[in-house]
Amino acid sequence: MTQTTSERYRVKPIRDRRREWPFPLNLYQTAVGRKWVMAVTGIGLLGFVLIHMIGNLHVYEGPAKMHEYAESLKNLGSGILPRSLILWLLRLSLMVMFGLHLHSAITLKEMSRKSSLNASFQSGEKKYEGGREYIAASYASRTMRWTGPIIALFLIYHLADMTWGWWLGNEFVPGDPYHNLYSSLSRIPVAIFYVIANMALAWHIFHGAWSMFQSLGINNPKYNHLRRGFAASFAGLILLGNLSFPIMTQANLIDEEERLCQVSIGDTDEILACLTKQLEDH
Amino acid sequence: MATNSKTVLDSRVPSGPLEQKWENHKFSMNLVNPNNKRKFDVIVVGTGLAGASAAASLGELGYKVKAFTFHDSPRRAHSIAAQGGINAAKNYKNDGDSVYRLFYDTIKGGDYRSREANVHRLAEVSTNIIDQATAQGVPFAREYGGLLDNRSFGGAQVSRTFYARGQTGQQLLLGAYSAMMRQVASGNVELHTRAELLDVVTKDGQACGIVTRDLISGEVIAHSAHAVVLATGGYGNVYFLSTNAMMSNVTAAWRAHRRGAFFANPCYTQIHPTCIPASDDFQSKLTLMSESLRNDGRIWVPEAFDDSRPAHEIPENERDYYLETRYPAFGNLVPRDVASRNAKNVVDQGHGVGPLKNGVYLDFSAAVGRDGHDAISAKYGNLFDMYESITGENPYEVPMRIYPAIHYTMGGVWVDYNLMTTIPGLYAIGEANFSDHGANRLGASALMQGLADGYFVLPYTIGDGLADQLGEPAVSTDDPVFTDAVSAIEDETAKWLSINGTRSVDYFHRELGRLVWDHIGMSRNKEGLEKAVSEIGALKEEFYNDVRVLGSADTLNLSLEKAGRVSDFFELAELMAHDALERKESCGGHFREEHQTIEGEAQRDDDNFAHVAAWEWNGKDALQTRHVEKLDFENVTPTQRSYK
Amino acid sequence: MSEIITVNLKIWRQEGPEKSGCFEEYTQKITTEASFLEMIDLLNEDLNNQGLEPVAIESDCREGICGTCGVMINGQAHGPRKATTTCQLHMREFSDGDEIVIEPFRAISFPVIRDLVVDRSPFDQIIESGGYISVNTGAASDANLTPVPKEAADQAFDAAACIGCGACVAACPNSAAQLFTSAKLAHMASLPQGQPERWKRTETMVETMEEFFGSCTNHGECHEACPKEINLDFIAFMNRDYMKAKVKNRALSGQR
Repeated sequence: MTQTTSERYRVKPIRDRRREWPFPLNLYQTAVGRKWVMAVTGIGLLGFVLIHMIGNLHVYEGPAKMHEYAESLKNLGSGILPRSLILWLLRLSLMVMFGLHLHSAITLKEMSRKSSLNASFQSGEKKYEGGREYIAASYASRTMRWTGPIIALFLIYHLADMTWGWWLGNEFVPGDPYHNLYSSLSRIPVAIFYVIANMALAWHIFHGAWSMFQSLGINNPKYNHLRRGFAASFAGLILLGNLSFPIMTQANLIDEEERLCQVSIGDTDEILACLTKQLEDH
Repeated sequence: MATNSKTVLDSRVPSGPLEQKWENHKFSMNLVNPNNKRKFDVIVVGTGLAGASAAASLGELGYKVKAFTFHDSPRRAHSIAAQGGINAAKNYKNDGDSVYRLFYDTIKGGDYRSREANVHRLAEVSTNIIDQATAQGVPFAREYGGLLDNRSFGGAQVSRTFYARGQTGQQLLLGAYSAMMRQVASGNVELHTRAELLDVVTKDGQACGIVTRDLISGEVIAHSAHAVVLATGGYGNVYFLSTNAMMSNVTAAWRAHRRGAFFANPCYTQIHPTCIPASDDFQSKLTLMSESLRNDGRIWVPEAFDDSRPAHEIPENERDYYLETRYPAFGNLVPRDVASRNAKNVVDQGHGVGPLKNGVYLDFSAAVGRDGHDAISAKYGNLFDMYESITGENPYEVPMRIYPAIHYTMGGVWVDYNLMTTIPGLYAIGEANFSDHGANRLGASALMQGLADGYFVLPYTIGDGLADQLGEPAVSTDDPVFTDAVSAIEDETAKWLSINGTRSVDYFHRELGRLVWDHIGMSRNKEGLEKAVSEIGALKEEFYNDVRVLGSADTLNLSLEKAGRVSDFFELAELMAHDALERKESCGGHFREEHQTIEGEAQRDDDNFAHVAAWEWNGKDALQTRHVEKLDFENVTPTQRSYK
Repeated sequence: MSEIITVNLKIWRQEGPEKSGCFEEYTQKITTEASFLEMIDLLNEDLNNQGLEPVAIESDCREGICGTCGVMINGQAHGPRKATTTCQLHMREFSDGDEIVIEPFRAISFPVIRDLVVDRSPFDQIIESGGYISVNTGAASDANLTPVPKEAADQAFDAAACIGCGACVAACPNSAAQLFTSAKLAHMASLPQGQPERWKRTETMVETMEEFFGSCTNHGECHEACPKEINLDFIAFMNRDYMKAKVKNRALSGQR
């Protein structure tokens, strides 16, 4: 039997098809499924970013309201469930979403790298030695893999800074977010870092919030033209809200001079009691 | 001169009334039992409409099919470039169409030079093709009610042409290609890409396989089978400038001819009236604009000689709408040969337009004024875009410039009613055979014929020939008939590389094309044809001595591939000239200046030339023998075509 | 109107799949009426006359429909003109003295065969895995038995217009073949005839595609490079259909 030409020259697959995992894990086996996971987790993270930003706007109502907001998060569902349970569940799902988003991004990137780089026998790393002219790919879409890590690093810093208080040391008052925010963002380098990171976040959302419609296949000629606008306004809104915190702190619109419950009055419990009382008096 | 034979070729047309011939024949043919089909190997060469549809259908039946294409993918075949549409006698428009009318139009359009029985069969199965293609997902144009739309086409007075925008050939080919790929997946079709047929192998007079060259490694390989099907298209590229694809060639058909398959009517070549005129001397090919444009465009030239004014500056009363004046009934929709010859006449007389004065206008201003820009754009948008991208002119504003170009070849390998050539076991389908179009093909009939042969005719008739061979294994490729053929091809390849002359293959092809176009083109005469015979012969000698093919035989080598093809074109061109000389009449695409009516129309000679001329190869330097298959017209009476 | 220009060419030359390649520089005089490939034809004729091997470049129909031609011209698949294949590109797009860098379409699954010729057979493998409607010859019912809404037929055509040239993969920074695959899927999924095998087809074609090509990051470069301007929306359709295919109970798909 002679070999068919397609057998002789059949281009070998660059990856083998693996045995299919049971549903729903099989969704995560293919790139299309993984992009879907990225989009779904992206939506979750977008929701978080939006609510986080809106919640933080309480800072403009003063330390007491900010304290109340923080308490209300812990009290979510507390009429029925143990206090903080819902908050922890939310945190857990955020961590899972973040982990999946990150893992799928890294593995998909690797898959693309294996399919396109070294494509020329000699040229090595670059796909086209003669250069590449981009027409449609926006700066945002091409920099997802840079804005992503910036956001991830920022997130760790941000948690360490505002939740765990590693860098504020004695200045850190658990349960008094107003104070913590002020103490952190009043330092110029920190404020600059926040500005940069949030710009990266908005940049990331600008492509991501459009791209997710494609990945999920949410598509209808009737509203397709709105998708870009949605992504741009969402990114703009987040940028505006989040940038206001470092900028307003630096502009002294967020400050502690006229604060009723000065941090110097005593230990954490005393401060928090003062804030609670202030709310009740109001 | 060629020698004439008294042999009368047997077309094996079944007896009985015309409309029952195919039905009866299907019943009387030998069948191969479904379980036995897998014992037969069938080679299909070419994967255009005819080849892909045949490979798919044979695979579905259970035959072991080996499909060959010299392209990188079966989807590249030149069927893909057909624009206008495909005819079928569906009568969806209720305008009086019928199988008989399609049959009649095709016979008449072919200028009474085709076989009645074949053409009637073609018309019968035409309706099945539309059903088949629709079921495969071919996105034919539809009306708002969701049913299929039709349009009218040159040479017909009913709307029977189904179309998919201006890309009907592409969509039909993708349908046939996907059907074939389904059989590839199922294992019934073995696909060989980048494999060019260089010889047909016979043993004891029976076709038993082919020899191909792997275009990447240069390896020459033998493949054996119980039957070989050639679906390798036409030979229009003998003219160098044609609307055929760059790689289209006659090699497969010609090598079969050299092994004993008669070659019929090579002088029947069709000139397509609506192509974009050449813009310079090294133009590589011509681009066709669908004939459907003639539905709405008006053809005219300036009345004045050598008029260099832009079109819009020429007032209405100084324009000559020559087709509308001369043919009031059909106007701009006269058949292709009539439209082409008239264009040539006006240009030759000095009315040509464009920078090289080599075209006529096809004007849409009236249609745009009547139906609006949007309606015209919906119908012809992609054609207009294509015209603009090639010429840089916008046809909504400036009239298109068009000129005839070679487009299709009605001649080809002679086949009987079973589509079998004069070599038992060797079949030819689609444009490769001498086909059902007589001396001239109607618009939108090429797709119909290719698919009819591949889907609905060959799958039945091939069984008739195979049934006798049950139990016999295919000839081994170790047999001397194969090993000899392989080494002959290896020698031929080596020969091209060793000549090391001074001119490129393309140079000779272009020169050959010029000769063929000048002397065996739109109109021919004795003197020119005799000149062609001697000049082609001289150029051929020069080609064999002075061509320069560089590189090696064991890598992809495009000029080496082409050298073999051009050499076959040389031999074909000589035969075309002989055939044109011998056919001392004008019919369809073959117009002899000596034989025309007083009005300048083609004049047939039914008494002496109502036959097919099939040529037999007698060796490289010997003259070929002309055999004759008489054409009987039992149902239609040949009349002088009149489109007035 | 036409004029004669001189262009400086930088063309990728590579003798075979296993050989290493490099750029060679040439200059070519040409009229602006000529097509890009006729310019290469002329260059090859000159090279041949000088005893140098011509540049291997594939083309066939030269009408922009067969999909055989395709090279990277100055970093753009099929060159600078929108919705135009390499063969339909004319020299009037260039000016005197321009440098034109010509490279083959690149992707790991499009190995270079020689110079500018690449192997695009993985596309055939994708089609082979399911890009068809299973209907045997002769088994079809009358074509007008199943009405297809005009809008659906038009969309099917828009998708089916793909010529399989590979520009989408070449233009994609990820070497993803989503546009090609989704166009074939959308063509068939838009038609009633394509429904019975819709989910299986989507699954197998997507999974075959992923054996060869990268992952889509929705840049949109493929659509810009596509000579037939295949819409990005088809990729979204494919993504949705793929997820549905994984979730759907196909036993119920005969129900309305």
